[in-house]
Amino acid sequence: MEIFVGYGNYTIALATMIGIYSIMALGLNIQWGLTGLFNLGIAGFFAVGAYASAILTTSETPKHIGGFDLPVVLAWPLAMIAAAFIAWAVARICIRLRADYLAIATIGIGEILRLIFKNEQWATGGTRGISNISRPFEQLPGIWAPLAFLGVVLILAMVAYWLAERGRTSPWGRVVQAIRDNEPAARAAGKNVETFRIQGFVIGSAFMGLAGALTAHYFKFVGPEATDPLQVTFLVWVMLIVGGNGSNRGAMLGAAVIWTMWSASELFSSRLSGDWAHRAPFVRLFLVGLILQIMLQYFPDGLMPRQRQITARLPRKPTIDQPQSSHILPPF
Amino acid sequence: MDQLLVFINAYLVPGIVSGSIYALGAIGLTLLFGVLRFTHFAHGDVMTAGAYFALTAIGLFGLHPVLALPIAMVCTSALCLCINHFFYRPLMRRPSLVLTISSFGIALMIRASIQLLYGVESHYYVRGIQRSTDFLGTFRIVDRHIWIVCCAIVLMVALHLLLTYTRLGKAMRAVSDSPELARLTGISTLAIVKATWVIGGSLAAVAGVFLGWDGFIQANMGWDLLLPMSAAAILGGLGRPYGAMVGGLVIGLAEELSSYPWFGGDALLSPGYKTGVAFTIMVAMLIWRPNGLFGGRVQ
Repeated sequence: MEIFVGYGNYTIALATMIGIYSIMALGLNIQWGLTGLFNLGIAGFFAVGAYASAILTTSETPKHIGGFDLPVVLAWPLAMIAAAFIAWAVARICIRLRADYLAIATIGIGEILRLIFKNEQWATGGTRGISNISRPFEQLPGIWAPLAFLGVVLILAMVAYWLAERGRTSPWGRVVQAIRDNEPAARAAGKNVETFRIQGFVIGSAFMGLAGALTAHYFKFVGPEATDPLQVTFLVWVMLIVGGNGSNRGAMLGAAVIWTMWSASELFSSRLSGDWAHRAPFVRLFLVGLILQIMLQYFPDGLMPRQRQITARLPRKPTIDQPQSSHILPPF
Repeated sequence: MDQLLVFINAYLVPGIVSGSIYALGAIGLTLLFGVLRFTHFAHGDVMTAGAYFALTAIGLFGLHPVLALPIAMVCTSALCLCINHFFYRPLMRRPSLVLTISSFGIALMIRASIQLLYGVESHYYVRGIQRSTDFLGTFRIVDRHIWIVCCAIVLMVALHLLLTYTRLGKAMRAVSDSPELARLTGISTLAIVKATWVIGGSLAAVAGVFLGWDGFIQANMGWDLLLPMSAAAILGGLGRPYGAMVGGLVIGLAEELSSYPWFGGDALLSPGYKTGVAFTIMVAMLIWRPNGLFGGRVQ
């Protein structure tokens, strides 16, 4: 009986993290998959969401600013807005530059945010971070508490998926994909490229902020070094590339596959003894890197390639037209 | 006088030293960008690899860090060529951002390998108090700082001579200016790409060894330098090696001087935010002069 509870708890924890990472992968898919924006500061937006929600929901304490005691229903949307606001500020400056510059700038913003969270002790508790964050439904007995939280995460992940999918198939989604594929053409069609890019970046970052808020409440703690920021960013990227860049379902599948592997290898490595137990995490990171390289080289579309319905729906031109048209003189 | 002494010993000299290190790294970044048209996100970790190669050499043969430089340069160049052959070359025909993603993955793979082989703790090339030399009876400059700055100057002059007077250097500049035209004139792009990896990798190795010599050697030291190095490369204009030299020096000095108490007793900027300086300069550049101080090759 004991062992079943253990496995049950493990499965619930696994599913909860998959839900949270799916939301981030969906956010990155909006930024990179649809809009073609390179974001290497995922962990930064994630942390903004986490800290915002933590500060808003905790009660008065001398360790950091707080005492707002807001319910999560209010704090989570505010956390998304906080992440979106930071993203908007970054995007305003960097969005019209080369994609490489945006990538470097997002690394920079992630680093600055980490420094702020670490150094501004009055606001964020410094290196000790913020603890005693409440988790919704934690008062429920036994296994029901994590199960109920898992339910919340999964519902939010489904809502995020629905929103991302609606966005992708909407006119807005077609415009951002057109910008990604051929910017001059989209510009010539009268689309304001900068505005659409900023929108894509901000919406994706809001998703990352929500994931951060969920993680803070799930772990009941947030700190500047709680998770290796680079590792979070890297994992989300691998999830999207493995799942299928540009496909929302692929992003979720990638999150499930990569997190299961990541987490299962931890289960395996904890059985190892002595020196190798310390080294196993690095082997794991190396292997995930290798998976990324293999996917990039051999399966660039990922496990679930994006649906190319926009072009597929167009009626096919009869090929016989083409030689004829070449004889017609141009109209000028 | 006392004030001036503190300024020079604790702010100006460290600024020049870290500026030289940034410059060496930024030159590699900018050369690679010129030839391959992508930002090599693993450049910082290539530096780390160089530092660890030197650490191994010093541990095995008990060399002086400067004598370990050639070994680190050769090993790092070989590493770069391998990475290029197995991971970047198959992606050459794809959009350059795919290469950027790949290099981000490579950065973590290099770091993971180092952590696997050497662990996460800090290492040192030389232990104990360092010898220092007196100048004009008042300035005390640590010997390694003199070594670092002199070696950096020698390498930069060598690079200048290579780029200006040799066939290889001219071919590299030609490919950087216009890959198509260079290919039409019969320059082998593949050979140039390899040469660029060797030069960029060697300079990164030197930068890594100096960085480790000046402080300590740790697995994530290179990644932390990616931001100031990119800032230096952007400041000088991507694709311009001379710009990167100036950019590196400017960023290094700005970082150190920003925490000097210019007004009254407090530091102008808390040293905890030192890394932010490079970023602020970079963002300011991106807003007002996105092509860099001297005009970059690519917009």
